[in-house]
Amino acid sequence: MSANLLPLLWEATLQTLYMVAASTILGTAVGLPLGVFLATSQRGELLSAPWLNKVLGLLVNATRSVPFIILVVAIIPLTRAIVGTSIGTNAAIVPLTLAAIPFIARLVENAIREVDAGLIEAARAMGATPLQIIRKVLIREARPGIALGLTLAVVSLIGYSAMVGAVGGEGLGDLGIRYGYQRFMPEVMAAVVVILIVLVQLVQSVGEWIAARFDKRAPRNRGR
Amino acid sequence: MTGNTIAGAAISFSGVGKAFDGPGGARVSALQDVTLVIEPGAICGIIGRSGAGKSTLLRMVNGLERPTSGTVAVAGLDVGRAQGAELRAIRREVGMIFQHFNLLSSRTVAGNIALPLEIAGTPPDQVRARVADLIARVGLDGLAGRYPAELSGGQKQRVGIARALATQPRVLLSDEATSALDPETTQTVLRLLADINRDLGLTILLITHEMAVLRDIASHMAVIEGGRIVESGPIYDIFTRPTHPTTRSFLGGVTGLTLPGFIAGRLLDHRPEGPSEEVVRVTFAGNHATDPMLSKLAVERGIASNILAGAIEEVGPHPFGNLLISVDAARGPEARAYLEQHGLLTEVLGYVR
Repeated sequence: MSANLLPLLWEATLQTLYMVAASTILGTAVGLPLGVFLATSQRGELLSAPWLNKVLGLLVNATRSVPFIILVVAIIPLTRAIVGTSIGTNAAIVPLTLAAIPFIARLVENAIREVDAGLIEAARAMGATPLQIIRKVLIREARPGIALGLTLAVVSLIGYSAMVGAVGGEGLGDLGIRYGYQRFMPEVMAAVVVILIVLVQLVQSVGEWIAARFDKRAPRNRGR
Repeated sequence: MTGNTIAGAAISFSGVGKAFDGPGGARVSALQDVTLVIEPGAICGIIGRSGAGKSTLLRMVNGLERPTSGTVAVAGLDVGRAQGAELRAIRREVGMIFQHFNLLSSRTVAGNIALPLEIAGTPPDQVRARVADLIARVGLDGLAGRYPAELSGGQKQRVGIARALATQPRVLLSDEATSALDPETTQTVLRLLADINRDLGLTILLITHEMAVLRDIASHMAVIEGGRIVESGPIYDIFTRPTHPTTRSFLGGVTGLTLPGFIAGRLLDHRPEGPSEEVVRVTFAGNHATDPMLSKLAVERGIASNILAGAIEEVGPHPFGNLLISVDAARGPEARAYLEQHGLLTEVLGYVR
């Protein structure tokens, strides 16, 4: 590999990190509250709103069933309206975020539903408001699960971010396609794959470490 | 029912019913016409089998369940109709402990005890002082920084108790709080509850399926069966004069009242022809509990008795004894009359040849 490709690889890596970080942050900002709401709004639950729960659930499922590459193309008008262009890293963040929101919401919902119902009852018995229960009990107790869920989401977003390369986004995927595939430079393709593998490994390890830090349930001691 | 509440009562249920829609649209009745008054400072135990409705009844006191008829009041406040902030204010007056403790795994001992105070909006410096007091109160010194997973069952329940006391409630609800603990730990937790009742004048309402728990700490008890209270009153009265079969069967487990198998198998309902023995349960209560009545029976009336089973123990501050004896059936009535005359309670269980 010639030395002038290294800056290219470095730049593409930074672009990928930027896209993934931005869409994770934005996706979590919407997906976390959405997931909490989905987990607490069925009939008889804390924020009981069965109809809204159903509608949002359908919306989440609908978004999740659209293949990502189609989502990217389908929302080009929206992307233009928000970013002003449909090409480049900033434009790629829009579909990435839109894909991240329902994914993160479902992962958060699952993590919250894992929390022992007895804790909700105890908090209600203390006179806690629904919001206090969500903040001080549900989200806090679900932190290990949420951390693992976000790890999964980031790993998926790394993969998706490579896909937006194919439609004018930048980053590692774009580099791999343009140099590795179209210019027949297998060494670039190999470098891109190695960097992606390293990134995913890093994210997974960090995510698991954070989840373990949050998890105070002794693994040998979960009698019930 | 009117919305009247009994003045001065810590907790009162009047004509309380709870029905819900069961499978297939049928109305299922969990509680029917429950009327029960619990005085301030009492330790009242509700005993019943699984599904009898005791848990539903308990959870009405802090509004986790609402009655479909009748009134539930805590310190004169109507819990069943309270909503929003009013209900949350009542809940701060009512602490609750649970069979499975329900502690946050992600918070330390101190953090768990602080939770109700944080919820109530207590300033952090006051929270710290109060938590330190409570940790000492329940005997968890040195464990403030531990997580629940690092504690034993008894320690977890102590955290639960400290947490329930944090907002200085007037009433403590105990939902099978010792059912997940071993007998020894159960004793220490019950002793802690009794101490708290005495020191803080806290009214305690507990549900259990173990008569021994009531015997050890309750001042009053109620027996619930099929959603109805079938018997209630001061614990001593019920232990000495149980009237309902359910009460008797619960009592059998704690008062040494079980007949030895070789006799139980031969027991007849009616006195047979020819010589036979009458099997009698004798209950010693109060001052007579320690009198040597069977010796006196033999000396003064010449009636010999055979002891089949028995136990003497304490219910609250009172000694209380139960004996199963057999006497010659021909002289049974005379023996019972003599014992009754001297303040003992007797009951014929049957006859053996």
